[in-house]
Amino acid sequence: MSKVKKKIKVIKVDLDKCNGCRACEVACAAFHANPKYSSINPARSRIRMVIDPINDEYVPIRAAEYTKSECDGRNVYTINGKEYSECSFCGASCPARDLFKEPDSGLPLRCDMCEDDPAIETPMCVQWCLAEALTYEEYEEEVEEEEEQVKLGEMETSLKSLVDKYGLPKLVDSIARMSQKG
Amino acid sequence: MRYAETGYNLEVDLSRGNIERVESDPKLTELHLGGLGTNAKILWDRVGPEVQPFDPENLLIFSAGLFGGTPAPGANRTIVSTISPQTGLMAFSMMGGFFSPELKYAGYDKVIIRGKSPDLVYLYINNDKVEIRDASHLRGKGAVETQELIKQELKEPNAHVAAIGAAGENRVYFASIEQGRSSCSRAGIGAVMGDKGLKAIAVRGTKDINVARPAEFFGLCNEVLDYIKFRNDNPIPNVMTILQGLGSPQEMLHVDEKWHTENFMWGNSRTRRRDFWNGEIETKWKETQESVRTRLISCYNCPMKCGAIISVPGISTYMMKCFSKLTYTMAAYSDLDFGFRIAQRATEYGVDGFSTPQVMAFALELLEAGILTEKDFPGMPDDAEGRFYWLLDAIVHREGIGDVLAKGTYWAAKEIGNGAEEFAHNNIKKHEQLPLKLGMLNPIYFLMYATGEKINITQIEGQFPQAPFATMEEREEFCKDWIQAPDEKFKDIVKKWEFRGDYSMPFYPGVQECCEIVDWMERMHYIDDSLGMCAGLSSFPLKPPYHIHNYPKLISAATGMDLDPDGLTKIARRNRTLIRAFNNRRGMRRADEKPPENHWKKRFPELEAQLLDEYYKFRGFNNNGVPTKEYLEEIDLGYVGEDLEQRGIYNE
Repeated sequence: MSKVKKKIKVIKVDLDKCNGCRACEVACAAFHANPKYSSINPARSRIRMVIDPINDEYVPIRAAEYTKSECDGRNVYTINGKEYSECSFCGASCPARDLFKEPDSGLPLRCDMCEDDPAIETPMCVQWCLAEALTYEEYEEEVEEEEEQVKLGEMETSLKSLVDKYGLPKLVDSIARMSQKG
Repeated sequence: MRYAETGYNLEVDLSRGNIERVESDPKLTELHLGGLGTNAKILWDRVGPEVQPFDPENLLIFSAGLFGGTPAPGANRTIVSTISPQTGLMAFSMMGGFFSPELKYAGYDKVIIRGKSPDLVYLYINNDKVEIRDASHLRGKGAVETQELIKQELKEPNAHVAAIGAAGENRVYFASIEQGRSSCSRAGIGAVMGDKGLKAIAVRGTKDINVARPAEFFGLCNEVLDYIKFRNDNPIPNVMTILQGLGSPQEMLHVDEKWHTENFMWGNSRTRRRDFWNGEIETKWKETQESVRTRLISCYNCPMKCGAIISVPGISTYMMKCFSKLTYTMAAYSDLDFGFRIAQRATEYGVDGFSTPQVMAFALELLEAGILTEKDFPGMPDDAEGRFYWLLDAIVHREGIGDVLAKGTYWAAKEIGNGAEEFAHNNIKKHEQLPLKLGMLNPIYFLMYATGEKINITQIEGQFPQAPFATMEEREEFCKDWIQAPDEKFKDIVKKWEFRGDYSMPFYPGVQECCEIVDWMERMHYIDDSLGMCAGLSSFPLKPPYHIHNYPKLISAATGMDLDPDGLTKIARRNRTLIRAFNNRRGMRRADEKPPENHWKKRFPELEAQLLDEYYKFRGFNNNGVPTKEYLEEIDLGYVGEDLEQRGIYNE
């Protein structure tokens, strides 16, 4: 198998620099609105702040995979004397919490690194983080060429969550019925 | 669809337990924008001069500004308006934090509270679901503690809660409303909330806010962010450190307090300690601040870090901003460690960090002068720090002399009598002022102190330099990229202005120039307060990212309204004048517009009278400080003029 170059995109998070202003959420929600910037609603953001000021916990997390079930048990980590639930670092759209779900439909949201059309150089959340808690890096890595995995788009992820909720046969029936009605 | 605003207010009658969602009139947005502007309109229409602060008819309005919840950086202020128990006039204390954007996302521009609940309750707003909930288990709980308890019982870590502590419940005239790192502290609005039996409002929202021309508005917001970056990288030279940057004074960041401790007054705004600051104190205070300050924090969608999480070993964590670290320290002639410790208790009680220490220092002066005696302070410790804790507890729980002191220095002095009035020396319109006593009269500040409806100088002063620059090079340097000045004449003033000679205070800037400078300062504050913009990015610091030239573009893009600087200026004046008329209707006149006698050592009664005369004329007020019927007509407030006429206010 031959080697190919793959672009890796990284958002680096410096928790010590975060001032908890949630500008990342604002920028993300605005950028992903349709039409662009037409609505602002942090509940639609694909980056969310976990904030607990009394415990000095400030963690931005990025929406990752959708999961249909919550974890069995949870870890609590102590880092420099502060306790963090492992959920504070987890980007899953999961039934245990209301993060990363479209507020109208409840369907999962996922960060796309602003690979929108047209693509922008730096993700919006990083651009709006003047505290520089979020910084962006790209690098190339040589990887074994493999068959390109099918990456689920936003609609497929949504459909997957509907499959989990109602079962595939029902969903297929509904779609067939709806398409017949034209 | 309504743009920038939601178009709905929540009307809550606590006497009947009734909640309604009411559509607001879009015409009022065109006339007043929102926030403070529309609050003033509602208060004018619905709260007559016969209504007393603790009457059920008094309204308590929590409002977001027009820009709240939009991407405009720093548009996070909540404007709370009511009748102040201390001044009897309109109070419009404001807080940053996260409350008002959340309220907008829940689908409301304002929460308008009327009536009184028979039992202690809190309001829970979760999008369309709004509940009045029992708060009897929260009685006496701290304001910070209450916020945490409510979030836990609602299982809503993302809710934002504005709460009062024991001081508000007990109707202390300088009780605050606390929320996260922010608070509405001035003029006793926490007492009105407590009087209504409302312990807290919790809000959670997941709806959209829309703007009229999205891409244009977002582009303008990006320009604002770029300018903030530029300003953070380029502090203004030739002015003192706390004036160089944006935001509110960066008291949580800076540890060098030479300027404040040597220029502000200690005790009951009495003693200036010119040689206070030295290396030993600097080392100790630096160590104190750095050991308790866990993190510098921001309000919603703002890159400035004006607040901090404060964790003093042995007491529970709280949040602080701005100057309150020094107010208790200096009133008690103590040190910074004491300041951070007592501020924790004061924050949980929910009291104003300016009035409270002054009231306590005032009480101790009365004791020293023999007007009050040891019998009035049973069980009070002998040490300065112990006395302050004792007094704080007595005031908040309204025990013994604390019950009298809880009304602030003006009312307490009246009640105590026996010469106590002389000791309530630092008030305007019955409200405690910054502990500042200066030499030469400053005519600009004279006007702002005397006539500002906010009755609080830090919320009036602004973009014009506080003092002249020493050399012409420095003046040129300052003026060359001063894009914020409304026009060239302000640059001419800065270039002519000297420390000594013909072009120095108090006769330069001249009376007319002073009126124009004050007009500019006021205008920016009234625009900010209707948009919900933090003064720290706009009306307060030198060279801010928001100004009279870009605001009309931002407002037009957000709302679709057609607006230019003149149109925006007219709205700001309309709002300013409506609040003036509201206060006139409640009895405020020229005779009340007096800064403390001893604020400046060198006073100029003739010049001061002339300043007021000309300012009133400039503002469209008569010589008694009341807006004329003609001027009110001109700014579309004809109905206000008719009301004032019917009440005979023009005949005085």
